[in-house]
Amino acid sequence: MRYLHNIGRYFLMIAEMFRKPTKWSVMRTLILKDIDDLIIGSLGIIAFISFFVGGVVTIQTALNIENPLIPRYLVGFATRQSVILEFAPTFTSIIMAGKVGSFITSSIGTMRVTEQIDALEVMGINSLNYLVFPKTIALMLYPFAIAIGMFLGILGGMAACVFGGYTSLEDYILGLQTDFDGFHVTYSFIKTYVFAFVLATIPSFYGFYMKGGALEVGKASTTAFVWTSVVIILLNYILTGMMLG
Amino acid sequence: MILVENLHKSFGDAEILKGISTSFEKGKTNLIIGQSGSGKTVFLKCLLGLFPYEEGTISYDGKIFSNLSEGQKRDLRAEIGMVFQGSALFDSMTIAENVMFPLRMFTKMSKSEMEDRADFVLKRVNLPNAHHKMPSEASGGMQKRVAIARAIVNNPKYLFCDEPNSGLDPKTAIVIDNLIQEITDEYQIVTVINSHDMNSVMEIGEKIVFLRYGIKEWEGSNKTIFKTDNQAVTDFVYSSNLFKKVRQMYLEENE
Ligand SMILES: Nc1ncnc2c1ncn2[C@@H]1O[C@H](COP(=O)(O)OP(=O)(O)OP(=O)(O)O)[C@@H](O)[C@H]1O
Ligand SMILES: [Mg+2]
Repeated sequence: MRYLHNIGRYFLMIAEMFRKPTKWSVMRTLILKDIDDLIIGSLGIIAFISFFVGGVVTIQTALNIENPLIPRYLVGFATRQSVILEFAPTFTSIIMAGKVGSFITSSIGTMRVTEQIDALEVMGINSLNYLVFPKTIALMLYPFAIAIGMFLGILGGMAACVFGGYTSLEDYILGLQTDFDGFHVTYSFIKTYVFAFVLATIPSFYGFYMKGGALEVGKASTTAFVWTSVVIILLNYILTGMMLG
Repeated sequence: MILVENLHKSFGDAEILKGISTSFEKGKTNLIIGQSGSGKTVFLKCLLGLFPYEEGTISYDGKIFSNLSEGQKRDLRAEIGMVFQGSALFDSMTIAENVMFPLRMFTKMSKSEMEDRADFVLKRVNLPNAHHKMPSEASGGMQKRVAIARAIVNNPKYLFCDEPNSGLDPKTAIVIDNLIQEITDEYQIVTVINSHDMNSVMEIGEKIVFLRYGIKEWEGSNKTIFKTDNQAVTDFVYSSNLFKKVRQMYLEENE
């Protein structure tokens, strides 16, 4: 029952978010600030994770191919597929559910606890539009961060090959180019857009509707992380089934 | 004028307000007094529509609040200034930005006009040099004064203050009380103040509503509160010896 109630309230929140928009001159500053906090502020960790995960995928694949009949260029192929299809969009989004998600929940939750949201409401401002909308728009740039992640993941694999001596650079590049299907990239970016929306709205939901004090802000962040990850994983399953299945 | 009729509010099984009726006139400082936990904050938040209530009507100059559409509510609220008990400053903005916020949202003022206006109200609350501090760098009393500056910056028609001078030193507390009374009179606003500061009661209590156990126990002014024989009021207001003496002297003088 409570789940249904929350799901209903979540969709009402989304609808309310678009009502009575905040003045554009104010909204613009909010969006820019959120782009800085949520996207620019995450580039470092996304780059770091992507590069090394890409490298590890390459090493694992290379080490597991022992059969001499399997061509060495498969290492590059496998890295490309796993980085573009799953690691960059899904794996990174789970990490972002922790980083960006807990930031969103705790910052909105603190505003709730210290009555700053009430202060906005009392002034006649649509606080959902003021707080959640700019985050949602800012995260529409998230796919760019993921694109950088994809590139660095593949680059990380390349570095692992060359410096670890697993395959030659030529084989790796040949692998990257083998059976390339542009739709995989499209699929991946559609997924990323959906995840971006989830990353902006579910943590906002838990921050906005929380009750209690500072302790509950911490709990709300944890709950938000759990549900954001669960929803991302489920949507990943559903979208993959729909688009590739 | 704000008119409240038969207001009931519960949290779960706990009935906090058990049918309150009263009115707040414009140009007057209206005080709501009562012990900690008596429901002053809850009452104020019901007036503002921040808490839903089970029964009763609240009208702002004849407009019944609960009948207004969301849009009309927001328009009305743009004319409301509120000082929260915990100040509720936006902690991502500097003090000056906090004060200018209602102007940025609701007026077409240029940046320099907004800055001038913010300067003006910050001076009035005795904070001429704190513009660039963040709220977290300000003391509790400073935060309170910024909250007051923010509440009055856009010339509200209705001003609500939840314990505006708790946490202030006596001198600043009086400055704030007088400031609120001054602007109430000057701009003819409807002002409602929650307080348990007896000084404010005596100084600016042009109308006083005393809440106790969820009902309106007594209603009057700082003139009549000296004379009341309502035991609950005298127990609450004259719990300190100093005020007992003040009362005695007042009664003797006016014999
Ligand atoms: N959000 C809430 N949920 C449940 N109970 C609440 C809530 N807010 C207030 N109460 C209860 O309502 C009662 C009145 O609280 P209120 O904050 O109005 O007191 P107050 O008169 O403002 O006290 P103080 O002078 O200490 O600020 C208290 O018993 C409090 O526990
Ligand atoms: Mg209170």
